Amino acid sequence: MLFRKFSLIIYALLILIPLVMVALTSLKTLQETFRDPLGLPDDGFQWSNYSAIFQEQTMAGYFMNSSIVTLFSVVLTLFFASMIAFGITRMNNWIGNLLFGLFTLGMMVPAQVNMVPLYSLMLDLDLTNSLLGLILVNIAVTLPIAVFILTGFMKTLPRELFEASTIDGAGNWQIYMKIALPLSLPSLSATAIFLFVMHWNDLLYPLLFITDNAYKTLPLALLEFQGEYSTNYPMLFTGVILASAPMVIAYVFLQRFFVAGMTAGAVKG
Amino acid sequence: MKISKMIYLFFIPGLLLYSIFFIYPTISALFYSFTDWDGLSDAYQFVGTGNYERALTGDTIFRKTVGNNLKFMLVVVILQTIVALAFALIVLKNTKTNLFLRALYFFPTILSSVSVAFIWSFIYDPSLGILNQILELLGLDVLRQNWLGNADIAIYSLAITQVWFHAGQMLIIFVAGLQAIPEDLYEVAKIEGASKWQTFRKVTWPLLAPSATIVIAYTTIQSFKAFDLVFAMTGGGPNNSTQIIATYIFDVAFRSYNFGYASSISVLFMIIIAAITFLQFKALRSDRISY
Repeated sequence: MLFRKFSLIIYALLILIPLVMVALTSLKTLQETFRDPLGLPDDGFQWSNYSAIFQEQTMAGYFMNSSIVTLFSVVLTLFFASMIAFGITRMNNWIGNLLFGLFTLGMMVPAQVNMVPLYSLMLDLDLTNSLLGLILVNIAVTLPIAVFILTGFMKTLPRELFEASTIDGAGNWQIYMKIALPLSLPSLSATAIFLFVMHWNDLLYPLLFITDNAYKTLPLALLEFQGEYSTNYPMLFTGVILASAPMVIAYVFLQRFFVAGMTAGAVKG
Repeated sequence: MKISKMIYLFFIPGLLLYSIFFIYPTISALFYSFTDWDGLSDAYQFVGTGNYERALTGDTIFRKTVGNNLKFMLVVVILQTIVALAFALIVLKNTKTNLFLRALYFFPTILSSVSVAFIWSFIYDPSLGILNQILELLGLDVLRQNWLGNADIAIYSLAITQVWFHAGQMLIIFVAGLQAIPEDLYEVAKIEGASKWQTFRKVTWPLLAPSATIVIAYTTIQSFKAFDLVFAMTGGGPNNSTQIIATYIFDVAFRSYNFGYASSISVLFMIIIAAITFLQFKALRSDRISY
């Protein structure tokens, strides 16, 4: 039993120490970090890195871009995917199954496979350096997993519900809005969190399509701090903390949903 | 019951975006893989299977890349699965402490790869890094390393980072799988006097196979897609020792402007992933016992 407890503590420390180190370093000067990388700051916590990063970087702009891209990507993916899931469930025939197969096949294709032609397509459509471009690609790329999870859930809803509404004269749109969507709320929220984490943290597509500072999202901006600040870890970690803050706060309050959502993506994926 | 044809309208927005931004690029990757397109000019020539021959026979970097990817995958799959399963068994019961620990172990999953890359670059830093300092404190100076700068070990340093990043997520999947095993099976095993190991071997493991399949398949695919982490931590260096297929495609396409060749590597990449996933599902399925 002692060994078990010991292992649990070691693993906990392996997670905690790096996180504490990040917070601590962001509150130290560069000199202090070089002199004593792991020690406490000499003259109390320094908030100067935080004010410096807001002065030197257009942090507010990066936050705005990340928020816009994430919000629209998540909401629209959920909207389109739930419509497809509803269509597949409602049709319940070979055409529906075929469409389901077409979407789920997409889960097997890693994003890096089509990044080359996708890049030239975006150039042709004039969708580089555009938040709209990022949103459209995000939706297309996460539709497969969202369709997969939502269809799996909607198929468990009793068919009689839909059929009874049809007899009552409700159209498909009404059934979708008034019955399918509200009943799918648990699965929608799990998928929403999965998508939220994925889009907020995405690096690949901003890296491919965005070169203009005005459209950079947080992960891309953060990556480029590396070029600017090199091994100035206090500044890099200040960036890490700011970029992760919304996700961490959401995690603390919605922990159970996060765990459910992030594993729904894997379990059913 | 007859359903109105209007149901097809539900597919339109999604199908449209999926076709334009996903299916079309995937298919054109196949098309461009037979050309020498540079990605910029309008003109390109068909080179037949030239790109594939080059990748499979002539390109030593590509061969190295596949090797790196397999090393990375093996370390991550084995280590991550063992860590996740071992700890899932310990924190299985829903006590307050266990719920807290699970949430803590899961935490790195919500960070961005770039953040994780920075954190671990600092840990591995040869002079500032916590890892070398701890080794020194323990009197193990001989083990001090330039963890990301040494071409022999850099890929393993990255693999450890990946395990730190995602083991918690796999742990949760195992917990879900383990909690679904009916309690009375353990009761029976206890009554029959089965040892702990026998119980694990005969009850837990067979019933755990579905979650194990998911974890292993997911981890494998994830380790092939570790693009962000590699890109931000080493950029594929030193001397291509941490170049994985995904970062190599990026290099060939966007640094050497050889879109045709990059496309052919993309196609091979897809075939490798499909083959590995297929084999794993087959191997793990045949091992399954039904009750």
